[in-house]
Amino acid sequence: MFSYEFMRNAFAAGTIIAIICGIMGVFVIARNMSFLTHTLSEIGFSGAAFGVFAGWAPLNGMLLFTVVSSVIVGQLSARSERREAATSAISALFIGLGILFLSLANKNASYATSILFGSVIGISASDVQQMLWLSLLVLIVVFVIYRFLKFDSFDHTGARVKGLWTNALSITFLVLLALSVSVAAQIVGSLLIFILLTLPAATAKYFAHTVGGMMVLAITLALVGVWSGLVLSYVTNFPVSFFIAAIEAIFYFIALGWQRLQTAE
Amino acid sequence: MESAPILKLEHLGVTFPNHPVFDDLNLTIRQGEMWSIIGKNGVGKTTLMRTILHQLHPTHGKISYLPSQGDVTIGYVPQFRNIDADYPLTIKDFVGLNLTGWKLPWLSAKERAKVQKILDQTGLKQLAKRPIGQASGGEKQKAYLAQALVEAPNLLILDESTASLDPVTKTELLDLVTELNQRLKLTVLFVTHDIPMAQKYTQHYLMMTPGKVEQGPITNLTTEKVWEGENV
Repeated sequence: MFSYEFMRNAFAAGTIIAIICGIMGVFVIARNMSFLTHTLSEIGFSGAAFGVFAGWAPLNGMLLFTVVSSVIVGQLSARSERREAATSAISALFIGLGILFLSLANKNASYATSILFGSVIGISASDVQQMLWLSLLVLIVVFVIYRFLKFDSFDHTGARVKGLWTNALSITFLVLLALSVSVAAQIVGSLLIFILLTLPAATAKYFAHTVGGMMVLAITLALVGVWSGLVLSYVTNFPVSFFIAAIEAIFYFIALGWQRLQTAE
Repeated sequence: MESAPILKLEHLGVTFPNHPVFDDLNLTIRQGEMWSIIGKNGVGKTTLMRTILHQLHPTHGKISYLPSQGDVTIGYVPQFRNIDADYPLTIKDFVGLNLTGWKLPWLSAKERAKVQKILDQTGLKQLAKRPIGQASGGEKQKAYLAQALVEAPNLLILDESTASLDPVTKTELLDLVTELNQRLKLTVLFVTHDIPMAQKYTQHYLMMTPGKVEQGPITNLTTEKVWEGENV
C-alpha cells in the first residue's frame, strides 16, 4: 500500500488533519460551535468551486472564502441568540454560490463530488507541504493564546469578568477554525469536514477528566478513524469519507451508550 | 483605628443614553471592611460593580484605587455561570483558569501551588478532582469563589452569588467569606437582596434607590427603612 506515492501522501495528510481536528475540536465542542463548523465547511465548498472557476488551487479558494466569512460570521453572530439564524442564511447563500461557480467553470459532477466528499488520489506532496505549514500556523497560534482560549471556551462568563478580550478571541478562533476546515477538507471533503472537527472531541468529552486528556483522546480517535478509513478504502475501493464517518459515528454512539450506563448506575 | 482606604468613589455617575443610572455617588471603602450593596433590580447595582471593575466608564466623577500595599486587584463572583455538566473540567482546573497571561499552556509549579493554597483555604481540597459540572450548587459556588480568589485579590465582589443557594449552603459560604475576610484582610462588597444575611455578615451598607443613594453602618439599616418605598 505504501509503495504508492498517493497513499503515502494521503497518510501524511490524514495524520496532520487528525491532529489539528483533535485539538480544534475540543474548542469547537466547548464553544458549542458544531453548527457553525458545518457552515464553514459549506463555505469551503463554495470557495473551492470559486478557486476552480478562477483557475486557482481549490485549497486557496477555500482559504479565501472561509477566512473572510469566518470574520463576517463572527461579527454577525456575536450575540448567541442571533447565531443560528445568521449562520443558516450565510450557509444557504454560499451553497448557492458554490453551485453557480461550478456551473460557470464548466466542471462536471464528478469534480463537485470530489470537492464535497474528498479524495485520496488527488493529494500531491506539495499539497501535503501546504497543509503542514497551515497546520503549524494554527498550532502555534493556539499554543500562544491557549490559556485565554481555554478560559473563554470553558467559562465564558469568568473570562468576560476577568476582562479578557472575548470578542477578539472569538474572531481569532473562527479564523483558526476556517484554516482547519480548509486543511481537513482535502481528505474528507467539505461536506463531511465537521465529522473530524466535532465527533472525536464530542466522544472524548465523555471519557476524559481534564481538557488536556480530552485533547489527547480526540487526536487518538481522529487518528484511528483516518488511518483505518484510509486502509479500508484502499482494500475495498469504497470512498474514504464513508469509512471515516462511520468509524467516528460508531465511537460517538458507544460514548453515548457508556454515558447512559454511567448515569443509570 | 480605622484601616487605610482601598477604594474611593467621588461624585460618581453613570448615564446610559437618556437614562441616568446613578448620580453623585460618594463612597469610601477601607481595607478589610465588608459592605452590603442593596437595592431593587434595575437600580444600578451591577452597573456600579462593572464600573468598579473598569468594564464601564463613569460618565462623571472618579474612582480612586488606593492601595496600601501594592495594586488593588479585584476578584468578582457573578450571579450566573454557564458550565456544561459534561465538561472534562475538574474543580482544580476550573480554579486554575483564572491564571492567565502570555504563558505556557500548562501551569508552572508556582501557579499549581497557588491553586492548591486557595483550594485548601476554601475547603475544596477533597473535591479538587471532581468535575465541576457534577458538583452540587454549594460546591460550585465555592469553586467560583476560589477561582475569583486564586490571584489573591484584595477586593472581592460577590454579585448576588448566593441568590440561588439554600439557607444552609448560603450560611456556609458566607461563613467562609467572613473567615477569609478576617484572616486575609480581604475587603468584600456583597451585592444582595437578602437583608438578614446582610445584617448578619456585613458592617456597612449602601442602599441604592432611583435618584438616591444612602449609606451607613449596617445597624442603621432598619426593616422600616428597607420597606419604605420597597427598596429591595
